[in-house]
Amino acid sequence: MVEKKKASVDTASQALFEEAVNQGIRTAFQRYEQQQPQCGYGTLGLCCRHCAMGPCNIDPFGKNGPDRGVCGADADTIAARHFDRMIAAGAAAHSDHGRGVVEVFLAAAKGEAEGYEIKDEQKLLQLALDFDVEIGERDIKDIAIEVGEKALAQWGQQEGEVVMLKRAPLKRQKIWRDLGIWPRGVDREIVEIMHRTHIGVDEDPVNLIMQGARAALGDGWGGSMIATEIQDILFGTPVPVLAQANLGVLKEKEVNVVIHGHEPVLSEMIVAVAGSKEMLDYAKSKGAEGINLGGICCTANEILMRHGLPIAGDFLQQELALVTGAVDAMVVDLQCIMPGLTEVAQCFDTELISTEKRANIRGTTRILFEEDNAMESAKAIVKKACDAFEKRKGKKVHIPNEKTDLVAGFSHETIDYLLGGVFRSSYRPLNDNIINGRIRGIAGVVGCCTPKVTHNDYHVAMVKHLIKNNVIVLQTGCSAVACAKEGLMLPESAAEFAGDGLAEVCETVGIPPVLHMGSCVDNSRILMAAAAVVKEGGLGDDISDLPVAGAAPEWMSEKAISIGHYFVASGVYTVFSATWPTMGARKLTDFLFNGIEEKLGGKWDYVNDPIEAADKMIAHIDEKRAALGILEKKKERVLMDMAMRRELDAG
Amino acid sequence: MSKIIASAGIRGAHRIVEQAHKKFDEALDKFGGNHEVAFPNTGYYLPVIYGILGYPVKKIDDIGWVLNRCDALLPPLVKENHYLPYLGPALDAGMATFFAEECIEAIRYIEDPDYYQPGEEPSEERLWLGAADDVILRKRGVEFVDGTAPGFAAILGAAPDIETAKKISIQLQERNLYVFMSSHSTDGKTFSEQLKEADVQIGWPTRLVPFGYDVSATVFAAGFATRAALSFGGIEPGDFRKILIYNKDRIFAFALTFGQVTDEWYANGLGAVNYGFPVIADTPIPQILPTGVCTYEHVVSDIPHEEMVEKAAEVRGLKVTIDKVPIPLTYGPAFEGERVRKGDVFLEMGGGRTLAVEYVTSVEMDQLKDGNIEVVGPDIKDIKEGDKLPLAIRVEVAGRKMQADFEPILERQIHHLVNYAQGLMHIGQRDITWIRVSKSAVEKGFTLADIGKILHAKLHGDFGTIFDKLQVKLYTKEEDVQEHLKIARGLYRQRDERIEGMTDEDVDLFYSCTLCQSFAPNHVCVVTPERTGLCGAYSWLDCRASNEINPTGPNQPIEKGEIIDPVLGQWTGVNEFVFKASRGNIEKYSAYSILNEPMTSCGCFECIAAVAPMCNGVMTVDRDFNGMTPAGMKFTTLAGTVGGGLITPGFVGHSKLYISSKKFLKAEGGLKRLVWMPKHLKEEIRERFEKRAAEEGIPDLLDRIADETVGTTEEEIYPFLEEKKHPALTMDPIM
Repeated sequence: MVEKKKASVDTASQALFEEAVNQGIRTAFQRYEQQQPQCGYGTLGLCCRHCAMGPCNIDPFGKNGPDRGVCGADADTIAARHFDRMIAAGAAAHSDHGRGVVEVFLAAAKGEAEGYEIKDEQKLLQLALDFDVEIGERDIKDIAIEVGEKALAQWGQQEGEVVMLKRAPLKRQKIWRDLGIWPRGVDREIVEIMHRTHIGVDEDPVNLIMQGARAALGDGWGGSMIATEIQDILFGTPVPVLAQANLGVLKEKEVNVVIHGHEPVLSEMIVAVAGSKEMLDYAKSKGAEGINLGGICCTANEILMRHGLPIAGDFLQQELALVTGAVDAMVVDLQCIMPGLTEVAQCFDTELISTEKRANIRGTTRILFEEDNAMESAKAIVKKACDAFEKRKGKKVHIPNEKTDLVAGFSHETIDYLLGGVFRSSYRPLNDNIINGRIRGIAGVVGCCTPKVTHNDYHVAMVKHLIKNNVIVLQTGCSAVACAKEGLMLPESAAEFAGDGLAEVCETVGIPPVLHMGSCVDNSRILMAAAAVVKEGGLGDDISDLPVAGAAPEWMSEKAISIGHYFVASGVYTVFSATWPTMGARKLTDFLFNGIEEKLGGKWDYVNDPIEAADKMIAHIDEKRAALGILEKKKERVLMDMAMRRELDAG
Repeated sequence: MSKIIASAGIRGAHRIVEQAHKKFDEALDKFGGNHEVAFPNTGYYLPVIYGILGYPVKKIDDIGWVLNRCDALLPPLVKENHYLPYLGPALDAGMATFFAEECIEAIRYIEDPDYYQPGEEPSEERLWLGAADDVILRKRGVEFVDGTAPGFAAILGAAPDIETAKKISIQLQERNLYVFMSSHSTDGKTFSEQLKEADVQIGWPTRLVPFGYDVSATVFAAGFATRAALSFGGIEPGDFRKILIYNKDRIFAFALTFGQVTDEWYANGLGAVNYGFPVIADTPIPQILPTGVCTYEHVVSDIPHEEMVEKAAEVRGLKVTIDKVPIPLTYGPAFEGERVRKGDVFLEMGGGRTLAVEYVTSVEMDQLKDGNIEVVGPDIKDIKEGDKLPLAIRVEVAGRKMQADFEPILERQIHHLVNYAQGLMHIGQRDITWIRVSKSAVEKGFTLADIGKILHAKLHGDFGTIFDKLQVKLYTKEEDVQEHLKIARGLYRQRDERIEGMTDEDVDLFYSCTLCQSFAPNHVCVVTPERTGLCGAYSWLDCRASNEINPTGPNQPIEKGEIIDPVLGQWTGVNEFVFKASRGNIEKYSAYSILNEPMTSCGCFECIAAVAPMCNGVMTVDRDFNGMTPAGMKFTTLAGTVGGGLITPGFVGHSKLYISSKKFLKAEGGLKRLVWMPKHLKEEIRERFEKRAAEEGIPDLLDRIADETVGTTEEEIYPFLEEKKHPALTMDPIM
């Protein structure tokens, strides 16, 4: 039996973990125990089930066991195909999410989706420029429709180039073109992976991994980026907001509606409806003092970023949330929804409501959510929750006390604004302070949580170590939730946890040393920020020149592999912890961890210790600083006379 | 701790915007929404608002629009704990502060029109000067452009004592900076009054500018900076980012605060940071050291008074070489405009009271000893207070590169070089020179030999590459002076004949002047013998000398090349050069035309000519004339049309001297096209003009030209021109 302290470093989770054990409720933590020992071949990436001649296993020790599958594929081919299929699944998940958002956007632009409107016109116009849509004196709706159509066409495009990659630095674009890995269409590259990894197609691990890069780029700079951009246009670009995180945000006397999953298309509408007088009156008629919304997983991040609504918890807390007994309705759409939820929900009065056609979960109440009935569905959901509250009222609940304040809402546009205001917005202060050494570098720490390691332990330890060493941390997804709960996303944490240089910059701007940039599709915001830093100048001319590194210390989903791979393909050193899916394939792993850098400027790494991993990230950052000539040398103070000013470039 | 600064600044901004609202409501009640609002004599409306927002405030109602923008910009106050990021919002609050302050000051100009003293200097009754008008901006702007003034220091509050105020102002003057003073300290004292009390001459001429008593007067400094970007940088109103970056990169300004920093001061400081201007405080307020918005630190505090100026220059990234001349007086351009009043005079020479003359002449290398300075005749020690002496200054130079053409250039330096010394006043040149020596200069140990030392040190420093040796002789005995006067007059005559005879056809090389490119990056002047630079400061000879001195400097030779059109003044070489120097913006250039590819203008033009279509002629106006002109625009508005490297057919900037050039608007028919100019300009150029007019066969042309006493519209002046039979009326149609 796993100990509560081994299960999680988060005390709220520990308490509920214990409560679940006491009540005999099974959660992921127990199921993980029951799975032990997990399949060694699978863990090492050496099990192939791609055809019915298998399953085939390769001897990981290279001794007496088989070194090839029935078809003759070796460890490197098998693991590379498997790795590619993870990318395909991850990219498909993000991109299908993106496609859904664009469809709603298009319906909204055509006036066919009640309740949705264009909130950020400025951003729409920017996107119109990206897609070469004429602006002129046209009506904003017409522009929106054309943008929507052109954006949607990115998925099915067969030839040419996915447009948004043009937001990358020019040097990066050239690398992609020269390598022939600029994605043609978002879907096409995913399909091509499925084809190439079929029995008897692509055998060369390097060739396979480069196609993986092509599909992953179609995710990060394609499907995900379009998803983020369109979500901002529809629901508003995030701005800094104060909120709370952890299960303590549940309220005993209010109707607790927890929204879990990924697509803000649903959650936005629930947010809109829950605040209406009609719903509040209904809740009161059921004896509740109000309606309390909270989020789990990336939906939490979406409603946090745009509305400051509380985060109830991360991926591994989805079942623990139900264990409080205080959740009246949990609404789920797609991605990272544990089928185990139904079992837990049965122990309580919780209404488990699934809303997605693409994701049916047996045992849930189905309220299908589509753009033409969004408002009605949202109301029905909230009413169900109120009804459930009536049943729950008066019963004992186990809401933990833990809830931590945080400041979130850092879109890349917001950072630009915060560093200079309306009139001087720019990344200059960030670049300047990287150059002068107050900030050592930038790390993106993202990803999921997994019972393979103590819940939240790696996230928190790694991020604390990074900021102590003056590395500013950008976060998304469940990693962000972990650090929010720890209080690292409060501005005051700069003085407490960050190194002197970083703390000084944070204090100047009034930001935390750890910036919450949104959900997992919003990793595209980190790409945009990196491109903006390059463009601002003084730190090289490609993302691979920047003193930056990425990490997903508690990753578990295939989306994480896709994200990691598009970061590597964008020139970023990216470290994963907890487990690594190609460990049994030596040549492939060596290519991913070393050889790939020559082609892409970025590379993978695996270090199963968060501090050690952070140190390697810092070492990489220092290497890049050294290459830029800013490792030791502080920025010189140049005193200018008239002659020097005359030399200044015009304009 | 920038949080404290942001919190205080945002608080201050709220209060200032609130005050502006109150003022606006009152003004609306009292004067009505249609009442005109303006800073005096400017084409830039309320300049910060006009520059940053692109919005011209013309009447009281417009202020309402501005204040709505302020309200939208004002962020909420910063919370004590778990605060939201504040840097961006605080900078916005700073901008809102400037907008609101301009509204407050604009309303003051309506409510109390006599509050500020117009012009360059305070009067007995009124100390505060308020907004600089465009005449001052143009005149002073040239100094920013040519480097005589690298920037300005905005001073808020009052020094702990008068002595400190005096010391700091001198240190700033020595570094050639303008000093813009505003805002009283918490106990009601001001830096300006401290200087006045110390008997320091304040006003634009000495660069010590008392803007106003209230903190809101600080916005006049921001307005000056904004207008510099608009007029010299050629930046469009509303292009706020370019205006602010222009200031960050090119205007080396900073704020110095003395005493307790109030919330309102912080708010102004945040506004200044938007422009890249840092704040240096003498009190232990929080600092903002990380760089980014400013070039280096943003706020540096607790600096001892004796180090403040040095520190400010360092923080702003400014290199200034202080003129060190071996005399007992403080020395620098800031003292050029300082007067020696009658009551302060110890010794007076020239100026009609005695004979006085100054000249530079070349001698053989073996006839002089470098650095030798002789005073022949009575010196300070030999006279008593209030005495007068005749004076001849003979500067002898020798060197392999020295040419007779450089003599007048060196000679012309004497005026400002002597004037730069604190306590000396120099007026005029040649044989009408007039020097006053103050009592305080004598107290400090000044002797006449110091004039020689100044000339030796400075001429060597600035022109050392064109001569090797220089010595100065000063004569103060009547008979000596008489003799040198005769020699000098001979030299003047030779020189004038040589220069006046020089034509564009005589030379193969013209010179470019990109001196202004530090401020007007897209503009390039072409200077020819018959067309001086439009600022009036640089003749063809000056440019040639400058090129000798600094071959890679702002004056480059231009091979004329083949002549394309002798009437328009187009040459192949010139066109090629202009195309390159304008970065491909301008393909052709006519030296002698106002309609056909006229030259671009930086913003420092002495005059602007404009076509007067109804009169079939051309009018011109100089920058000292602030009334309406027949072009339907005042000088300031015209300047906005043609400045900043723009090419505007029908308008051209030029020097006063160019009017009496044979090449003046040759393409349109020359001098005979001139139908209107301000009366005082007529008088100023009368002698040369009449000579030229006689050559044209119309000796009384000047009196047939209309001026403001005749009228300021084409309709008004037309009958006058008809009556006088002005030649333009019978010429070919100009357009």
